[in-house]
Amino acid sequence: MTKSDLIEKVAENANLTKDKASMVVNAIFDKMVDAMKEGQRIEIRNFGNFTVRHYESYTGRNPKTGTSVAVGPKRMPFFKVGLDLKKRVNGGAA
Amino acid sequence: MTKADIVDAVYDRLGGYSKRDAAELVELVFQILKDTLEKGEKVKVSGFGNFVVREKKSRMGRNPQTEKPIEISARKVLTFKPSQVLKSQLNG
Repeated sequence: MTKSDLIEKVAENANLTKDKASMVVNAIFDKMVDAMKEGQRIEIRNFGNFTVRHYESYTGRNPKTGTSVAVGPKRMPFFKVGLDLKKRVNGGAA
Repeated sequence: MTKADIVDAVYDRLGGYSKRDAAELVELVFQILKDTLEKGEKVKVSGFGNFVVREKKSRMGRNPQTEKPIEISARKVLTFKPSQVLKSQLNG
C-alpha cells in the first residue's frame, strides 16, 4: 500500500473527496516529521512510538573498498511497535 | 507528542470540520494502517518511510539469567525503514 492507496481508502471510508482525504493524510505525516525535527518523541496509542536517536561521530568503512570514512554525528528516526500491533502482526500471538 | 497533537494539526489543515471529525479521521488512518500491516502487506509512505512486516525464522537463544538455551520461535515482526527524505530532514 502506498500513500495514494491510503488516501483513496480514507476518501472511501469517510466519504470525503480525494483532496480532503489527502489533506488529512499529509497533515498527519507532516506533523510527525515536524515533531521529529524538533527531536520530540511521538506516542501513538495502539500503534507505536517514534523517537529520534542521536549518534556520535565515528570512523566507518566503505564496505566495497575498505577505505576509512569519517561519519559525522547524526540523528536517526526510530520506531518501536506497540504491543497490540506487534501481536496482531504476528497473527495474534505474542 | 501524542495523537491529540496530530488531531489538532488535521483540524487546522482541514477547516470546516469539528475536532471530533478530525479525531475520527486520524483514528481511521491509523486503523487502515494497522489492518493493512496485520495482513502482512507493507505500507510505503513517500517522504516518511516504509512499514514492512518481516518473517523471522526460529533461532536458538538463551535465557540470560539461567544461561539455558531456548528456541526462539519463528515470528513476524514489524519494521520501519525511514525514507531518505526524513533522514535528511532530521540532519538538515
